[in-house]
Amino acid sequence: MIGTGGAVGEAVIEVSGLRMSYDGIEAVRGIDLRVSRGEIFTFLGPNGAGKTTTVEILEGHRRRTDGEVRVLGVDPEHADRWWRSQVGVVLQSSRVEPQLTVRECLELYAGYYPAPRSVQEVIELVGLKKRSEVRCGQLSGGQQRRVDVALALIGDPELVFLDEPTTGFDPSARRSAWEMIDGLRRLGKTVFLTTHYMDEAEALADRIVVIKAGTLVAEGTPATLGGRDHAPYQISFSLPRGVAITELPSGLGHARVLDGSSKVVIESAEVMPALQTLSAWAIQRGYEVSDLLVRRPALEDVYLGLTESSK
Amino acid sequence: MSASRTAPGQMSDARLVGHQLRYDLLLILRDPQSRFFTIVLPLIFLVLLTSLFGNHTHFISGHAIKNSTYYVPGISTLGIIATSFVNLVITITGQRENGVLKRRRSTPVPAWVLIASRALTSAILAVVLVAVIVVIGRIAYGVHIPSSTLPAFALGVVIGAAAFCCLAFAAASFIRNEDSAQPIIQAVILPLYFISGVFVPKDQLSSTLKDIASVFPVSHLNDALFKAFDPATTGSGIAGTHLLIVVAWGAAGLIIALWRFSWSPQSS
Repeated sequence: MIGTGGAVGEAVIEVSGLRMSYDGIEAVRGIDLRVSRGEIFTFLGPNGAGKTTTVEILEGHRRRTDGEVRVLGVDPEHADRWWRSQVGVVLQSSRVEPQLTVRECLELYAGYYPAPRSVQEVIELVGLKKRSEVRCGQLSGGQQRRVDVALALIGDPELVFLDEPTTGFDPSARRSAWEMIDGLRRLGKTVFLTTHYMDEAEALADRIVVIKAGTLVAEGTPATLGGRDHAPYQISFSLPRGVAITELPSGLGHARVLDGSSKVVIESAEVMPALQTLSAWAIQRGYEVSDLLVRRPALEDVYLGLTESSK
Repeated sequence: MSASRTAPGQMSDARLVGHQLRYDLLLILRDPQSRFFTIVLPLIFLVLLTSLFGNHTHFISGHAIKNSTYYVPGISTLGIIATSFVNLVITITGQRENGVLKRRRSTPVPAWVLIASRALTSAILAVVLVAVIVVIGRIAYGVHIPSSTLPAFALGVVIGAAAFCCLAFAAASFIRNEDSAQPIIQAVILPLYFISGVFVPKDQLSSTLKDIASVFPVSHLNDALFKAFDPATTGSGIAGTHLLIVVAWGAAGLIIALWRFSWSPQSS
């Protein structure tokens, strides 16, 4: 039995050849997934790509058309009470009971589980200590979302599904939600996260899988997704006043002006020689090169490249 | 399989119903709309209708009935339907569309526990409300409560509440979104109140209206409850045929609910 205290690295979710059709239209076209214990697995994809359908099948809320699915060793279509007690779910859109206080709401759900966490502890974990006696209907959208997350954690699950958990959060609430999700990793929990915020994926994900039109198009860590680690570096800087792009030394390779700005971008596989050429040129002519930035393509660039090309 | 894997710390299912019931009651009592439409409005109707017609008498099946004696069972019918049907349809449709039901189904709580608790909540409210109606009738209007037929009246209240709960779960499955629940249910139930003797005594209704009403359970529940208060009634006062028709409607509702009831939002 796969239960509490399983080994890190062991499969918590195994999916092969998963297909789902609605009225003859295939929303999910044969995908394979493996999520290991203790990782934060991130599922990215544009709206309508099959993300939520896949998550709902894994949560046991939807019957699949075809394929093999094992979550905690069990087919979610035959989920029993033990299984449900091991799986926490934050649905994409759900409201909490508006007439109950945060504490009452958690006490209600705690009663459903065989070994719930302490209500007070979970309230503190999601940062609602000062709001615990307030009725959920009077909370802000972001605070209600935190109650959602708290309800998913109250049963002390092994695996937590978070479907766009920080949508509608302000930046500071987002930061604290990330810390909380990161805390789940430290507790050894497995997290299946869907999001459309690239910074969220970058901050949290151990592994990212990208789905597009029902098929998986890329897999990797935030650093390696879509060949990001092999992609040429982008060196960008502002041109000195009055200097044209054609005056740049030829050894720098192809330079282009960044859309709608005075910044120039050079793509280079080798950063140091390029920088040496650039600085030699600037020093020699007495130019100041400002806003100098060296980076790999942003995760967002990689993601957009993966999901928008050949549309 | 599920029983063998349930950890020892888990509440028994019966206790779980009690746990859920406490919160289901809180949810209704704290909701201003439920409070007004379900509890206060039936009492307003009782006071209003008995005051409007004063000490008028109605002729039902050939004998005179005091106005207030007529309206105590009538408004009891309305109270049962307000709690077990109207309020139930509106709350479960709302909870379904808000994702509350779906989230609860993601937890280990068994579906039947949730349904039993919510139905019991309505039934408890119905019983309390009817008791208040009867007590007001006794104290304010001197309505005679016949002790020999009181068990028959109680039986009618319980059967009515149970049947209308089943009908509520069936009706909710046909309503796609939260906002249309209230108008749809009122559009169905208000005309039935008028033609079933709840607001307007049956001696003032045409036979066509009475025939139409006799198809639906509202009229039969009203007749069954009235029989217990009718001074002309002899014996136990159990209106077998009327109650059986109410039970049949409840059973039909239960079958439809089992077939169609959904835990997930229907409007997307």
